[in-house]
Amino acid sequence: MHAIEKILAKHAGLTKIETGEIITADIDFAEINDLYPQTLISFEEMNGKKVWDKDKVAFTFDHFAPASTIKMAQIHKTMRKFRDDNELTHHFDINAGVCHQVMPEAGVIYPGCIVVATDSHTTTHGAFGALGTGVGATDMATILISGKLWFRVPEIVQMRIEGEAPLGVYPKDVILYLLGKVRANGAVYKAIEFTGSYIESLDVAGRMVICNMALEMGAKTAYIQPNQNVLDYVNARTKIPYEVMYTDKGYKFAESYTFDISKITPQVAAPHSVDNVYPIERFKDVKINQAFVGTCTGGRTTDISAAADILRGKKISDDVRLLVIPASTEVMNDCLSKGILQDLIASGATICTPGCGPCLSAHEGVLAEGEVCITASNRNFPGRMGSNKANIYLASPAAAAASAITGYITDPREYMKEA
Amino acid sequence: MITMLKGKALVLSNNIDTDQIYPGRFLDIVDHKEIGTHCFAGIDENIAPNFPKGGIVVAGTNFGCGSSREHAPIALINMGVSVVLAESFARIFFRNAINLGLPLIVCKGLNKLVENNDEIQVDIVEAKITLLKNNKVIQGEKLGEYAMHILESGGIKPMMRNLYK
Repeated sequence: MHAIEKILAKHAGLTKIETGEIITADIDFAEINDLYPQTLISFEEMNGKKVWDKDKVAFTFDHFAPASTIKMAQIHKTMRKFRDDNELTHHFDINAGVCHQVMPEAGVIYPGCIVVATDSHTTTHGAFGALGTGVGATDMATILISGKLWFRVPEIVQMRIEGEAPLGVYPKDVILYLLGKVRANGAVYKAIEFTGSYIESLDVAGRMVICNMALEMGAKTAYIQPNQNVLDYVNARTKIPYEVMYTDKGYKFAESYTFDISKITPQVAAPHSVDNVYPIERFKDVKINQAFVGTCTGGRTTDISAAADILRGKKISDDVRLLVIPASTEVMNDCLSKGILQDLIASGATICTPGCGPCLSAHEGVLAEGEVCITASNRNFPGRMGSNKANIYLASPAAAAASAITGYITDPREYMKEA
Repeated sequence: MITMLKGKALVLSNNIDTDQIYPGRFLDIVDHKEIGTHCFAGIDENIAPNFPKGGIVVAGTNFGCGSSREHAPIALINMGVSVVLAESFARIFFRNAINLGLPLIVCKGLNKLVENNDEIQVDIVEAKITLLKNNKVIQGEKLGEYAMHILESGGIKPMMRNLYK
């Protein structure tokens, strides 16, 4: 069996499971973000009284942090009351950050666990050898009542990524490159395991970027076999005992792909689809209004640091806004202690509260009609960051920073040559 | 559960994501009827006010990709959609829709045979789709046993109410 199947089997109390089978699995952690008051409405409609385990449920206020409408404030208020009524152990209020960053930081994510959240990018936790998947509000309400969720055992696809990343190529460029090849519906309903020499070389943050955007291929979940580096991160944060699962020798994947990234250049996904991917050079004449470094995809210390390395000692173009939103308060403190945020502010960056920011057009830097944004986030659908008539280009944090200097989409290598 | 449906088609393309079905700027709305008035506002704000009750959405591949937002199927149901027929569906959207009792049927090639406002008849159980303009019958993929069980229960809420009395 594959490690993913072993995780599912163990949580379903089975020794063996087969692709396509419907199983019911115990959930180790359930997280609800502030877009989902419907979860609590559905919970009541299904006669829910108390959550099944107060240690295994948390709210994260990240999409609307802090509230900018009365409706948003009301949602936070309702959720805080539910937290109090249920005496939930964990809670991530508006001062915490994006759910996919704060959960691993809080030590609730560990190898072999099943984490379900009301957020599609829950695939991120495959970076820790966990099984993470997103659900909607009513599915989540069934978990809050029962502690369980039904799953169809997915086909498992292997994506082997080989080679050393060239200068200016970051994990974001690599996953965009893969998206361009596999396409947005390339892995619908399937689980993806990422392996290969490139993946093995990645740090925790890089692994999170790859697993995060696996969702944009339609994947149900993503998985990277944890290495010592990952276990050290987890061990420093969790007290929960865990078992790392390993795939049996000779396991047959439903599909296998190999990618050589040793010769790729920085990548960009152009409007309005995540798989509309080309080398960045193609867009050098595209004038931008905003650059954004942040979110569950591109808001970790490594991302903000990469942006600062490009911008340090330089000013952003007068025609451009540069938004920098750390993925969590821990990330923000880390960046402050290293002087990174101070450097970015000196370059002209606008720093906002840790959270999702304008990624989904909820608040904090949305786009007007006809505006163009280059962003380290994960989606460029029409209207994703504001007006339906705005254009969004997905790229690495370094590319967003370089573009903020020139005011046009710019290859970050132009500012890396002297290094 | 009503298993035979008839309605007018709204034909859409591939990769209709949840931001097109229900844009993020409306996510703080909780009232279902109001959510329904913004359905497909990411494509065209004139779709919802003019959508016929019981209308049928016909789409291409990967319908409902993107966010896990349940607002998407809530918006479709409250705008009056009776069933969605598509080449394929994104995973979370599929679960959300079935949980709320909105039938979905995978039907390859259908969106190339149908035009806006064509009358379509759908047999949910047999996954048979009839184009009333030419009586052409197209066989879709039958829903899985578990998904059909949820639909027959009227969605997952009545099912859970029976399990946890």
